[in-house]
Amino acid sequence: MNAIPDGTVLDIRNVTKAFGEREVLRGIDLGVREHEAVALIGASGSGKSTLLRCIDLLEEIDDGDVFLDGEVITDPGVDPVAVRRRLGLVFQAYNLFPHLSALENVVLGEMRAHGKARAEAEERGRALLARFGLAGREDDRPDNLSGGQQQRVAIARAFAARPRALLLDEVTSALDPELVGEVLEAVRDLKGEGMTMLIATHEMSFAREVADRVAFLHAGRILELGSPEQVLSSPEAEETRRFLRRIQAN
Amino acid sequence: MPSDRRLEREAAKRRRHRRGQAIAAVSSVVVLGGLAALILTSPGWPEVRETFFNWEVFKESFPDVAKAFWLDVKIFLVAELAILVVGLFVAMLRIARSPAMFPVRLLSVVFVDLFRGIPTILLVFLIGFGVPALQLSGTPNDPIVLGAFALVLSYSAYVAEVYRAGIASVHRGQRDAALAVGLTENQAMRHVILPQAVRRVAPPLLNDFVALQKDVALISILGPLEAFREAQIIESLTFNFTPLVAAALLYLAVTVPTARIVDRLGGTEGAVR
Repeated sequence: MNAIPDGTVLDIRNVTKAFGEREVLRGIDLGVREHEAVALIGASGSGKSTLLRCIDLLEEIDDGDVFLDGEVITDPGVDPVAVRRRLGLVFQAYNLFPHLSALENVVLGEMRAHGKARAEAEERGRALLARFGLAGREDDRPDNLSGGQQQRVAIARAFAARPRALLLDEVTSALDPELVGEVLEAVRDLKGEGMTMLIATHEMSFAREVADRVAFLHAGRILELGSPEQVLSSPEAEETRRFLRRIQAN
Repeated sequence: MPSDRRLEREAAKRRRHRRGQAIAAVSSVVVLGGLAALILTSPGWPEVRETFFNWEVFKESFPDVAKAFWLDVKIFLVAELAILVVGLFVAMLRIARSPAMFPVRLLSVVFVDLFRGIPTILLVFLIGFGVPALQLSGTPNDPIVLGAFALVLSYSAYVAEVYRAGIASVHRGQRDAALAVGLTENQAMRHVILPQAVRRVAPPLLNDFVALQKDVALISILGPLEAFREAQIIESLTFNFTPLVAAALLYLAVTVPTARIVDRLGGTEGAVR
């Protein structure tokens, strides 16, 4: 992959998206540099999920561009399948394939999308599951796993093909509180090895710990962008302060 | 050592269970016995027993009817396989998204509307007598083949809709996840959506097959000697309906086990969300 000079992996420029009359994204500008983790915070409905889905081309944007390693990926002529093979997306509701075992979930994309031989894909899949604390659970179906285990399988699945960037969509929001930690540990682990990540999250302490920068999304715009310290401790915008107060009240 | 309270509860539970069984037994005897008494004491019973449940005629005719029933079995086995394939094919055409597939999509809608909308007996008649009348070279004239073909058309239309409902019932997050790991739309359908859809529709599919196993008898209107027709022939010779009862028992011998399989699938797979 040809990294462009300033090392920006994902470059989001003036992206807008509406569902019918409802404008969800109203001109988003955001760059994510190589090895950087950017946390997207903001109320439900502020457009975090939509932005991630637009980047992974699961939704079509209305205006603007998204660049991956300097190449535009949102032009109508671009093959979305080739783009998605260079990105990883983890869903809030895990979306594991219920008819497949944990290991099969991880290797499906490797084998079918990336043409890896089964033996090679499974070896890497086992190693990944073990890395996320799931050794011995390879043959379990998703409904035999806890929510935290399922989400860790989903992270292994998204990471298996070594994507250029990992998009995490509220990966702990569907979990019981006591299972949040194990999933965040997996994300921390990936950050430790330099994975480029865009993380939509409601976990402010986690954003502070793992993110290099935090973006506050409000009504489809990025109102504030800066270091975690800056955005979370001394926010400038009134909306950011109000949002953080509400989060803390819970 | 279990506590007294616990022993008390267990004894009460056993009493409740015994009481339930006793009530079920008594009510069965009353209802079934009453029905049997009603039939056996009816004025026409001796004659009905003679014409419908004649053991001698049954013994005499059963081998012939059973031999003819073998044709039914062969027809529905072949037809079921063909229906599974054709139905899936029609369903796939119907959900194809690309604009180039528009005419194909339209054709699949017409196929379903047409063959689901015409009474099966009429379809068997039209195809069984209509196709040979065309006098085209290469078209089959065997009434068994034509009758089976009509059944395949009729049931494929139903089964296509069953498949389509199954595919629609798979959460769209599954497609998103399949695309997100880099699969194409076709791969997502084949490896992620269809396997889940087929599992979900197995009970309704088998249910349609129970119906098909009976409807094979409709082919008799074209002449082939399947169980119903064979029984009718014997009946017209002996003026005794017992061969038809024998045929009914043979149909039950395949439809009831199929129905039990449907129940079991419904109890396990169907309960899984």
